[in-house]
Amino acid sequence: MFRRTVLAALAATVALTLAGCGDDTPAASSPSDSPSAAASLSGTVNVFAAASLTESFTQIGKDFEAAHPGVKVTFNFAGSSALAQQINQGAPADVFASAAPKNMDQVTDKNSPTTFVTNTLEIAVPPGNPAKITGLKDFGDKSKKIALCAPQVPCGAASETVFKAAGGTPQPDSLEQDVKAALTKVSLGEVDASLVYKTDVQAAKGKVEGIEFPEASEAVNKYPIATLTKAPNADGAKAFVDYVLSDKGKAVLTAAGFATP
Amino acid sequence: MSRRSRSTIGRLPLVLLLPALLGLAFLLIPLVGLLAKAPWSTLPSRLFSTDVWDALRLSLLCATAATAMCMVLGIPLAWLLARAPIPGRGVIRALVTVPLVLPPVVGGVALLLVLGRRGLVGQHLDAWFGISLPFTTAGVIVAEAFVAMPFLVISVEGALRAADPRYEEAAATLGAGRWLTFRRVTLPSIAPGVVAGAVLCWARALGEFGATITFAGNFPGRTTTMPLAVYLALETDPDVAVVLSLVLLIVSVVVLASLRERWISGLR
Repeated sequence: MFRRTVLAALAATVALTLAGCGDDTPAASSPSDSPSAAASLSGTVNVFAAASLTESFTQIGKDFEAAHPGVKVTFNFAGSSALAQQINQGAPADVFASAAPKNMDQVTDKNSPTTFVTNTLEIAVPPGNPAKITGLKDFGDKSKKIALCAPQVPCGAASETVFKAAGGTPQPDSLEQDVKAALTKVSLGEVDASLVYKTDVQAAKGKVEGIEFPEASEAVNKYPIATLTKAPNADGAKAFVDYVLSDKGKAVLTAAGFATP
Repeated sequence: MSRRSRSTIGRLPLVLLLPALLGLAFLLIPLVGLLAKAPWSTLPSRLFSTDVWDALRLSLLCATAATAMCMVLGIPLAWLLARAPIPGRGVIRALVTVPLVLPPVVGGVALLLVLGRRGLVGQHLDAWFGISLPFTTAGVIVAEAFVAMPFLVISVEGALRAADPRYEEAAATLGAGRWLTFRRVTLPSIAPGVVAGAVLCWARALGEFGATITFAGNFPGRTTTMPLAVYLALETDPDVAVVLSLVLLIVSVVVLASLRERWISGLR
């Protein structure tokens, strides 16, 4: 019963958030006897999510399945632009969680999206920081091996923004195709430093070290989530989004290094 | 020759012809999709970007160098597998195909673990000679050669096994050494197999993406080959990706069709 109450309350909260009323509505104010979505939930919820959500959404999916016996969550993790293309080409997705508003905009058949987390860049260095990297200025040092994300992908675009803010020109040795590739180059010690997301540093704890830098606040990456209008499992989709936006969902995401808006 | 081939066509059984045509269609239909999607009106202006030519030049250079490297190392390896009485030949033959089975990205990571700056061999290369392969054009060639070499080895080995060893024996009885026999008798007799292997090897190297981007990274003019440029273009402008793919396809088909005809006709 408690679970149902929470869910109904969350559903109400989300509805309000989507209507633009902010997400500070106290959950307790919702009526406890409102019809629960949980009762009718069944089948599979297909969630298309940005690759950077892999760890946290896998956990949220397990928690969600535990909270809703009989529902199965399947994930398709990939780059946001690839996912947007797949959805527009008719892939049977119920929920889309994108790593950038731009890719969410590309999807035509969706209900109005909500920003559920934000992510900022951090400098990643191999354990022990062998090249003594201290800040963005070291990225302009030609003697250091540097990998950045390619400007075509979101982390690369964010990197360009922070370098513009810092006023330096980076001298990268490689422009990686995605943030995980950049992280791999650091964890293998092939480069002295890279710019990746806080969540990536968190996920690779022990294999890389993170260094915060002030310009990171210039490029805050917003993650929107939305249910899709052609969702085969509309109820499941809504319940999953509600769960992501719930305190339980947020706790998992925060632990992974995301900030919640 | 022509009479024989005509009579063969006349007897073509439907049970072979039908799946053959289906197979051809299956291979060509994705290409039709690319052609249909191509932004023909803006195509010329998109082609006049120096990035495209840089990437194409680098692709052709690296694929050719990788093929050369594969031939230098792969033909002797194929010979070893086909002719030398070595123990555990079956196992070695299976190991040769590892790069075919390995997802290329994993192959790239494996190369980093061995030849990278902190790799088993790479750390010594770096410390003793100051050589660091990752993020260099040489790194692209190494990655492509790693992935493409099995194609060459397998075709050449097949040709060696099919070749009649009596010619080599005859050469040996006439006093030719093993190296001379290999060069003057064995190699010419397996030439079509070598050409077929080299063609496969070159084509595979030209399209290589995963191992290249993992091992050599991506930097325009240095390691950005066409497949890498296509992948990154797909992130922002799928139309450009289609154009780049078409350029790569056309160039490779033209090169392969013209070279293969010349090589084979010249050798026979």
